Amino acid sequence: MKQIDQQQVQRLKEQAREVRRQIIAMLGQAGSGHTGGSLGAADIVTALYFWEMNIDPQKPDWEDRDRFVLSKGHAAPLLYAVLAERGYFPSDRLQTLRKLGSPLQGHPDRSKLAGVEASTGSLGQGISWAVGMALAAKMDHKDYRVYTLLGDGELEEGMVWEAAMAAAHYRLDNLVAFIDFNGLQIDGPVEQVLSPLPIPAKFAAFGWEVLQIDGNDIRQILEALNCARLVKGKPTAIVARTIKGKGCSFIENKVEWHGVAPKGEEIARALAELNM
Amino acid sequence: MEKQATRDAYGKALVELGKKHQDVVVLDADLSKSTKTADFAKQFPERFINAGIAEQNMVGMAAGLASAGKVVFASTFAIFATGRAFEAVRNSVAYSKMNVKLCATHAGLTVGEDGGSHQSVEDIALMRSVPNMTVVVPADGVSTARAVSALYDMNGPAYLRLGRPAVPVIYDQDSPFEIGRANRLRRGEDAAIIACGVMVSKALEAAELLAREGIEAAVVDMHTIKPLDEAAVIELARETGNILTVEEHSIIGGLGSAVCETVCAHHPVPVVRLGVNDVFGQSGEPNELLEHYGLTVEKIVHNVRDLLRKK
Repeated sequence: MKQIDQQQVQRLKEQAREVRRQIIAMLGQAGSGHTGGSLGAADIVTALYFWEMNIDPQKPDWEDRDRFVLSKGHAAPLLYAVLAERGYFPSDRLQTLRKLGSPLQGHPDRSKLAGVEASTGSLGQGISWAVGMALAAKMDHKDYRVYTLLGDGELEEGMVWEAAMAAAHYRLDNLVAFIDFNGLQIDGPVEQVLSPLPIPAKFAAFGWEVLQIDGNDIRQILEALNCARLVKGKPTAIVARTIKGKGCSFIENKVEWHGVAPKGEEIARALAELNM
Repeated sequence: MEKQATRDAYGKALVELGKKHQDVVVLDADLSKSTKTADFAKQFPERFINAGIAEQNMVGMAAGLASAGKVVFASTFAIFATGRAFEAVRNSVAYSKMNVKLCATHAGLTVGEDGGSHQSVEDIALMRSVPNMTVVVPADGVSTARAVSALYDMNGPAYLRLGRPAVPVIYDQDSPFEIGRANRLRRGEDAAIIACGVMVSKALEAAELLAREGIEAAVVDMHTIKPLDEAAVIELARETGNILTVEEHSIIGGLGSAVCETVCAHHPVPVVRLGVNDVFGQSGEPNELLEHYGLTVEKIVHNVRDLLRKK
């Protein structure tokens, strides 16, 4: 249980803002990539790497480290921005995103970039990796924790529920899954494409502890993470309501910004808004 | 002749491996009694995880466990391991070179009575096409045990193809076994038979019959389909000028294809591929099925004679 003070919350908000700036710059440079989901979940991943997780960027392979798996692998720019900001690699490398030969692949590749825990991008698979890691911790009687972030659209993958069943069955209280509940997927609102709702009731029925928060509110994220540490005998799902594209008014809640990068004027406008 | 199912040998070898190495973890998808991982589960319950009937998640969890330093042996039937879970094998295991050994039993037609839905005749093709994958198809129980130990020693993803029925033991404990190195079981200058899995013992029988007719056929156990022992294939092509491949798998994409690719590129000679002729299987007893689909000693003999006539 960690103390949450207003100063820390403010610091994390600033950090998340910097992460968003990096995301915009990186995507602008790359010319393609997933803007909306990367911006929307920036507060969650920032809170994990800058507050919650027991990690050492100088020792990315440290056995006892906490682990984060970006199950919604298309939000790779978010993960890269956070890893760079946290000191896993120099931030000038962010400019190589999606370029030939770059360790910053379009979707995270653990064999190419230190700090990336799992190769994801094919939806539904990251949560299985996370379950495997959490099982390993239990087997080895280690107390490291495992975090994963899934998209709400990702919940349409059957494999997610295979993993959810296994996590509860094996009582993985060292596992926390954030659901980035922004309500949108490529083809439209999740409720129109193939509704995964109600999300909290589904995870509860699968045997998970469920918390519901505003996923763009740092304080709520920290409180939920504190809560999850108290849960025993089952995994925790934090259903985090977010605004896709959060921080850039013209990107927010626009489904067309799922998989496109800002260009020209848009980059300047987004950065200007994030600098305000 | 002593017989043993490769899956039985696998189950025993896993227990031995588990005794020796603390980092061995075994996963199964509700088929542990059939795949024979149940012995390991009994001996080392803390290192066995039943994934239930959820093969994709089994493979994903295997990747996660491997990333935490475990050497993971994941088992189910070949059809589900390579088919149902294919994309998880590709993206979670092979893409990241995770140390996961996919050890699938009940491969090929000799599943028998369960029928075509359960008879994988395309698994070698699927696994062989995935980068970073090693593909091993042992011929008997002895080489299966050796393969399990060799796969443990090798860091990286692998597919081990195992069968349901008891098959003749052709190796003794001192026989060489090295991943990627073919075993030449019989010398002969007239023709070359390259086989894998359950068809190796049949190839040996066929060579015996051919010898009585004065035809000397070389027999090679190509237990590793990938990386293929290309040098051995080229040497055989040079020595005999023709090759018959024999496998309990589709003639598309398996051992026969691998041999053809090598021969075409390096030393073109006629190759005849004996296997399942681009059809699905059906219910029946294992031996009936092998006979029905032409995977018999007689067919091998017949095909070698044919090859020589065309020479």
